[in-house]
Amino acid sequence: MKIGVPRETWPGEKRVASTPDVVGQLVELGFSVQVESGAGSDADFADDAYSEAGASIVENAHELWKTSDIVLKVRPPDGEEVELLQEGQTLVSFLWPAQNEDLVSRLAEKKVTALAMDSIPRISRAQKMDALSSMANIAGYRAVIEAAQHFGRFFTGQITAAGKIPPAKVLVIGAGVAGLSAIGAARGMGAIVRSFDTRPEVKEQVESMDAEFLMLDFEEEGSGEGGYAKVMSEEFIKAEMALFAEQAKDVDIIITTALIPGKPAPKLITAEMVESMKPGSVVVDLASEQGGNCELTEPNEVVEQHGVTIIGYTDLPSRLAAQSSQLYGTNLRHLLTDMTPEKDGNVVVDFDDEVVRGATVVKEGEITWPPPAPKISAAPPPKADAEPPPPPVEEKKPSVWGPVILFGVGALAMLGLGAVAPPSFMQHFTVFVLACFVGYMVIWNVTPSLHTPLMSVTNAISSIIIIGALLQISSPVGWIAWMAGFTVLITAVNIAGGFAVTQRMLQMFRK
Amino acid sequence: MPQGIVTVAYIGATILFILALGGLSNQETARRGNYYGMTGMAIALLATIFGIVTDNYVLLLVALAIGGTIGLLVARRVQMTQMPELVAILHSLVGLAAVCVGFVNFGDPSVHFTGVEKTIHDVETYLGILIGAVTFSGSVIAFGKLSGRIGGNPMLLPARHWLNLGLLIGAIWFGAEFVQQSAAGGGFWPLVFMTLIALAFGVHMVMAIGGADMPVVVSMLNSYSGWAAAATGFMLSNDLLIVTGALVGSSGAILSYIMCRAMNRKFLNVIAGGFGTGGGGMAAAGEGEEGEVNPISPEDTAALLDDAKEVMIVPGYGMAVAQAQHIVYELTRILREKGVNVRFGIHPVAGRMPGHMNVLLAEAKVPYDIVFEMDEVNDDFPDVDVSIVIGANDIVNPSAQEVPDSPIAGMPVLEVWKGKTTIVLKRSMATGYAGVQNPLFFKENTRMLFGDARESLDAVLKAL
Repeated sequence: MKIGVPRETWPGEKRVASTPDVVGQLVELGFSVQVESGAGSDADFADDAYSEAGASIVENAHELWKTSDIVLKVRPPDGEEVELLQEGQTLVSFLWPAQNEDLVSRLAEKKVTALAMDSIPRISRAQKMDALSSMANIAGYRAVIEAAQHFGRFFTGQITAAGKIPPAKVLVIGAGVAGLSAIGAARGMGAIVRSFDTRPEVKEQVESMDAEFLMLDFEEEGSGEGGYAKVMSEEFIKAEMALFAEQAKDVDIIITTALIPGKPAPKLITAEMVESMKPGSVVVDLASEQGGNCELTEPNEVVEQHGVTIIGYTDLPSRLAAQSSQLYGTNLRHLLTDMTPEKDGNVVVDFDDEVVRGATVVKEGEITWPPPAPKISAAPPPKADAEPPPPPVEEKKPSVWGPVILFGVGALAMLGLGAVAPPSFMQHFTVFVLACFVGYMVIWNVTPSLHTPLMSVTNAISSIIIIGALLQISSPVGWIAWMAGFTVLITAVNIAGGFAVTQRMLQMFRK
Repeated sequence: MPQGIVTVAYIGATILFILALGGLSNQETARRGNYYGMTGMAIALLATIFGIVTDNYVLLLVALAIGGTIGLLVARRVQMTQMPELVAILHSLVGLAAVCVGFVNFGDPSVHFTGVEKTIHDVETYLGILIGAVTFSGSVIAFGKLSGRIGGNPMLLPARHWLNLGLLIGAIWFGAEFVQQSAAGGGFWPLVFMTLIALAFGVHMVMAIGGADMPVVVSMLNSYSGWAAAATGFMLSNDLLIVTGALVGSSGAILSYIMCRAMNRKFLNVIAGGFGTGGGGMAAAGEGEEGEVNPISPEDTAALLDDAKEVMIVPGYGMAVAQAQHIVYELTRILREKGVNVRFGIHPVAGRMPGHMNVLLAEAKVPYDIVFEMDEVNDDFPDVDVSIVIGANDIVNPSAQEVPDSPIAGMPVLEVWKGKTTIVLKRSMATGYAGVQNPLFFKENTRMLFGDARESLDAVLKAL
């Protein structure tokens, strides 16, 4: 089958759906690939590089759309592009079907098959195709770079001959993929980073990146389905806002990444908070496309309000075009690899495959969105170093009465014994109890690596029971003597064997 | 020889035994500890032979010589991987000896007691034989299981708890019967029946316990053999036996406790047998965590190890089965020569006996100062570049921490998944002893090296 990679038509979009590296891998899968001339030029991939990797270069977008079986894109197709689609073609790109119902129905009219990269289910197996995570990762990094550009100071603290430079303080709201990436970038530049998230399980992830996790003194679980956040209660939001207001006065840079699936972005940074920030501070609003986390954000613009720069770019991944094209292309390639089981360049849209099912928005003209709810995987969110922390184990407080009752019963039993037993028995009993305690004290200090030798040596020592047989062996009664002899024999096996094997083992331990 | 000297010798032996156990508390003094033990035993034997034995010296010496020779031969021939079964069979001998001594004591016409002393003596005899018989049959079954002569799976009879209870009641009833009849001069048959019950109980108890719980069983039997000796000591009014038995008994009990704690299970729960029988959440916990495993070739493994600075090796029972300890040492040696910091992380219940892995590694000449306990290394995993898990499953299962209703929830585990890369050597994707799927295998930073551990490591070694 023939894959076509057109040039993105969206104004300012610099990304491209495939890089020369990815083209090479697609050719290996048995596909032939054609790339529109200049498709990768904004991301610094020249036409020559594509043709070296095995793609043919097509001058004209029309021709490319017409002759391709599969079209790979980044942005959803615009009106003109949809017109170019023909029955039987497959389109793979970001589609945002929830927001673009129009587009979906038009794709259905065209009787094409369309897969939305944004609808790939978030399960462990699909992590390698998760383009949202790839893009979020880049956006987080880029957000820090943009902030640094508009921020008038160093990120890292220094003490120089010309005076002391305090480190910048960065607050990252929302510790998803983008947030964690921003934390990593800001930490890498030396800033003091704090982070807040409604999902308490990300605390460990934040701390693993050397940032401080801000805790609300409030009990509410913020994890929704699929590892995303959900809407919180009013009291929670109030407590949260108070925390932000207090932080706003202290920090130099705020990066907000708070998104709730299918909802407008929550307003977390109010105009008053911005006003309370120090002059020269920066707010980067990664949620600006969904309305922004900051009240003063203007999408796609950089504005200055009350001396604070507010960055509302919605195209941060595109601003790192080479990197994001590489990651996006690889995500696409992974998806196509899974859809090409025979590796013969023929794509199969297999609805038994949970990933393909989830991503397919239109199949041969039929709208198949939304998909049935995916099985929620217990797998961790897609970050290698991001483990959900273990659930708090409820410690059962041991009852105070347990040991008391135990001691009481023990003492009574002892008293009862003492009342009836003859003194000779009590003497032996004393020895016995003391020996138990000596054993207890001595054994606690044994290192685990010596447990096996300890067992074999105690085994040898317990053959002291041979003394019992020796006491009996001199009996004039025949069967008693013989039986005692037998006992001596088996315990002798034990004595010799136990000590010898212990010795053998201990000889082997060496530094 | 006067009685006083014998007593002094016994005191000396007791002290030497305590020193022996104390000596084993660390590597530097361990060998000395063993010598103390031998000396103590020799003193006790000599004092008894010269001080108390008056007749039948030939029988005595021949029995000692034959037994000693067999013991030495066995100790020399045994493979280190067979240590658990050797220890088990040696325990059974102590149990058998306790039974023999008890019966002889019962039948000895020269032993006379009256009144309360008679009753106490009878109870002591009875207990000595009971514990001895349980130790004997239990150890024989444990030996069979560990050496593979009996299947390792728990054999769960229907209504087994009731059966155990029935056996217990039977033992108590025969005990009462025995004391009564003994006072009247009889009591042989109740004693025999009780012994049979105790033997059956020992068999049943160990049969119901599965392979991975063996560390608990072996240390528990170790404890029993001590209690058997102590009970015999009471019967014979011999303090040396009492003290030594108590030492061994409490030592085994502590080991059992440590093993149970390492599995986050109650002692009774282990002994009652079967895994997860109380929870019933077994099937539920296995689900939901599936995904893709990433296989790796030996060559790629070698490349990974070559680039690593910190390597952690986590061995399990699979290493013992594959006899891979020597090749593991070779690998360690070569990596250490390259300046890689190789360490071993040992889970307390790895293998079939407390300390099993340490003995195997020691046999393969791995220096003991790079072999660490779980608690010593668990915090270091984030800095580890490559962890190699050899034939271990449940002890590296993250669901012990992450899935609250998992049968192994709360069990301390080695947190290998916190390292950069984990390589798991495994024969297949089968689940571990607890029957729980291991999410570790599906983690993004885990690579599976399928095949026999020894062959796989051989290939890695060649590629290095």
